[in-house]
Amino acid sequence: MSQKVLLSEKEINIILHRLACQLLENHLDFKDTVLIGIQPRGTFVADRLTKILKEEYGVKEIKLGFLDITFYRDDFRRGDKTLEATKTKIDFLIEDKKVVLVDDVLYTGRSIRSALTAIQSFGRPSEIELLTLIDRRFSRHLPIQPNYRGRQVDAINNEKVKVLWKENDGEDVIYLINK
Amino acid sequence: MAELSVKHLLGIKYLNENDIQLIFETADHFKEVINRSIKKVPSLRDITIANIFFENSTRTKLSFELAEKRLSADVINFSAAQSSVKKGETLIDTVNNILSMKVDMVVMRHPNPGAGIFLSKHVNASIVNAGDGAHEHPTQALLDSYSIREKLGDVAGKNVVIVGDILHSRVALSNIFALKLQGANVKVCGPKTLLPKHIESLGVEVETDLRKALNWCDVANMLRIQNERLDISYFPTTREYTQQFGVNKKLLNSLDKEIVIMHPGPINRGVEITSDVADSKQSIILNQVENGVAIRMAVIYLLASKIK
Repeated sequence: MSQKVLLSEKEINIILHRLACQLLENHLDFKDTVLIGIQPRGTFVADRLTKILKEEYGVKEIKLGFLDITFYRDDFRRGDKTLEATKTKIDFLIEDKKVVLVDDVLYTGRSIRSALTAIQSFGRPSEIELLTLIDRRFSRHLPIQPNYRGRQVDAINNEKVKVLWKENDGEDVIYLINK
Repeated sequence: MAELSVKHLLGIKYLNENDIQLIFETADHFKEVINRSIKKVPSLRDITIANIFFENSTRTKLSFELAEKRLSADVINFSAAQSSVKKGETLIDTVNNILSMKVDMVVMRHPNPGAGIFLSKHVNASIVNAGDGAHEHPTQALLDSYSIREKLGDVAGKNVVIVGDILHSRVALSNIFALKLQGANVKVCGPKTLLPKHIESLGVEVETDLRKALNWCDVANMLRIQNERLDISYFPTTREYTQQFGVNKKLLNSLDKEIVIMHPGPINRGVEITSDVADSKQSIILNQVENGVAIRMAVIYLLASKIK
């Protein structure tokens, strides 16, 4: 197994700022927009973006939620292990809101398909967009593309993209791992 | 990732502490789901479950059915009263006939203790015991412990008294196993005629004075007097039973602390507990009912994930 650094802390930070600016350009004061981080690791991206938007671009209030998609996945009983859920925390209505789904890596698109089903349990949004930090193109099983992408990566199937966050792993870095 | 150590839920006796924690954690997530405006998830859309009830039941059957439907499973219901069982068909034949319709899981209530265990040895489907005679009622015990955990933060170290007909109660036996496994202190209280001999060997204490028991406990689980199972007279009159083992508001108020009141239902109002106790803020009876759906969703979800 070998690994190389795909993005350093500095590069991640620049990309997050760019994504925040793109969001700001399209959603302005975030009055009708909510950010939904997909559990487990999309929540770190959503959390960081919210902080940048508030602290550096003066957005007063952003509604931020975390969505667990375990019970909506299409691989239940198909793997060796039981799918274990994480916490959903959406304490606001998304009816008629613009929803931005946020995830760290877009790979097959199946998680996003599950998220699109799951989010409907919280109401009918007026519009759904997808933001992803890493887009592994050429590996999609479903016709799903992000509206906002941090970096596009041409990783082949035996390669894995691993995103580490200070809050959870002690450092901000993204590796490309060859299994 | 964690998974249950068992393929069937036949009784609390066959579970370990990790199983119970996993069921509780999964139920936490389902509780969040059933409080949404859309209470359904598609996890079990390719699973078929048969609810086979050889004994009358209202709340357990409804609770299981709702749990199964909220997980998007296909559900068929079978009730012995209108079935070929009356014509002399055996349990295995009945169940095998149902399984031929490609059923993956069987939720069964049966008047005979051990019916679920017997069935699990003869058929391939996952079996969930929804009460077997006076033996076990595992999902009830799980939802009871879950409700205690929700109300008091933890089950370990809490003093719980189970009051009433311990002899005929599957709820009592499953509760004793579940509470002991989680580190609670358990007493049973009731007329001596309704306390099984050697019950202490399960690690519980016996108390025949209700006031003493209530003064000791944090939680009182009041069992129903099961008139349908009382083949002989175990106490002189219902009125006398109520005077000695019934809980009313006056008795509760005279205690020097506020205890939690539970009841597995259905309540004989005015016998085990009076209406003002059943409807008081100390009672968590309706929380138990709500938690029953979440617990059953968790059990079915975790068992279904083991069906290949």
